[in-house]
Amino acid sequence: MLAAAATSLLPRGLFAQTGGGGASLGSGDVAVLNYAYALEQLEAAFYTRVTSSFYAGANATERSYLSDIHQHEVAHRSFLKGALGGSALPDLELDFSSVNFRDRQSVLTTASLLEDTGVAAYNGAGPMLRDPQNLMSAGRIVSVEARHAATLRDLLHPRSTAFAGDDQVDAFGLGSIMKPSAVLKTAGTFIRTPIDFSGLPKA
Amino acid sequence: MDFNILDFVSNLDKENASDSRRAFFQKMGEHGGKIALAAATPILASCAAIGTTVAPNRELAVTTLQFALLLEELEHAFYVRALATGSLIPSSDRAVFTQISKHEGAHVTFLTTGITGIGGKAEAAPDFDFTARGKYPGVFRSYRTFLEVSQMLEDTGVKAYKGQAPNLITSSPLLTAALRIHSVEARHAAEVRRLRGVKPWDGAFDQPASKEQVLASAGGFIKGKA
Repeated sequence: MLAAAATSLLPRGLFAQTGGGGASLGSGDVAVLNYAYALEQLEAAFYTRVTSSFYAGANATERSYLSDIHQHEVAHRSFLKGALGGSALPDLELDFSSVNFRDRQSVLTTASLLEDTGVAAYNGAGPMLRDPQNLMSAGRIVSVEARHAATLRDLLHPRSTAFAGDDQVDAFGLGSIMKPSAVLKTAGTFIRTPIDFSGLPKA
Repeated sequence: MDFNILDFVSNLDKENASDSRRAFFQKMGEHGGKIALAAATPILASCAAIGTTVAPNRELAVTTLQFALLLEELEHAFYVRALATGSLIPSSDRAVFTQISKHEGAHVTFLTTGITGIGGKAEAAPDFDFTARGKYPGVFRSYRTFLEVSQMLEDTGVKAYKGQAPNLITSSPLLTAALRIHSVEARHAAEVRRLRGVKPWDGAFDQPASKEQVLASAGGFIKGKA
């Protein structure tokens, strides 16, 4: 139901949903891990582009951070692919045409958006998992994503409250959370491969 | 982003409580919408009086949240004291620590409310020794020492929530809340590390810590522990 609702809102209808013949996430914990794997594929590919030719004026700290983040996302992608084995999604076709990789603001704003979305997606997906070991694996990844998110925000808005801004942390001190339908709206801008999300369990 | 304390309690409620209470909360939700936590607290206190239970492992959930509360009380007291200590924190960094302190205070309130809401007892903060028995004598005189302790507390908090999360796997609302706090602690840790001039991370995968490991790191600050 969520998936069907999301389709109509996607700008390009990239996510074919139920019965659309898109790449299937599977069901149960496999579906949740594939959902994470899709996001990690997106992040890893993004930073591969970023670090293959840094934007103009990237200083040493920024290069170091972005290179580390690239390594982390590649490691997350490899880990999830290995954990999923034969159930892993195929390699997704991605589209970064909306990003200007030569421009600091464009790169860091996109990076920040991807990390914030990743954190909120993992926060929403964690409770869908049934196997405590999978929950632990997701937990070991999400806090690193949150570290990335805070760091990128601080690069954009140094020494302000942005690293854990009121747009990401609510009045109860709880970090943001997104349902898959909302995550797809954001990530869908960059993913061209149709994906069938109907097998994701409810939290 | 929008969090409704009534929804939270209502979800706990769905796991194991009477239809009448659920209807009560639904009705409150309809009329109250987003309400202030302060206003919700008496409602939650009444939950405890009714004897709310969280299936299927309430005792474990209570002790897990009580442990989280102790760490949040420690963090909050630490930042309140630091922010009140004259020129300890340079003006350039006060916005960061004011934000962190705000979150830790909100976590204390939230966990207190949550523990009470599932029928547990939320202990008031014990006495803390921020020198950790003399290990950090200048914690409120030297900004560098303060940052060192701050990073240790935040990194330990991240590890602690990660280690404790599986205890809450049977309660989706509690697990969701714990994961959401966990991600905020990780943001804090990254920022404090940046202010210290060290990398915001230790690699691609963060490690969990057991209760014993957490107390080995932070127990020195808690009088009567470790």
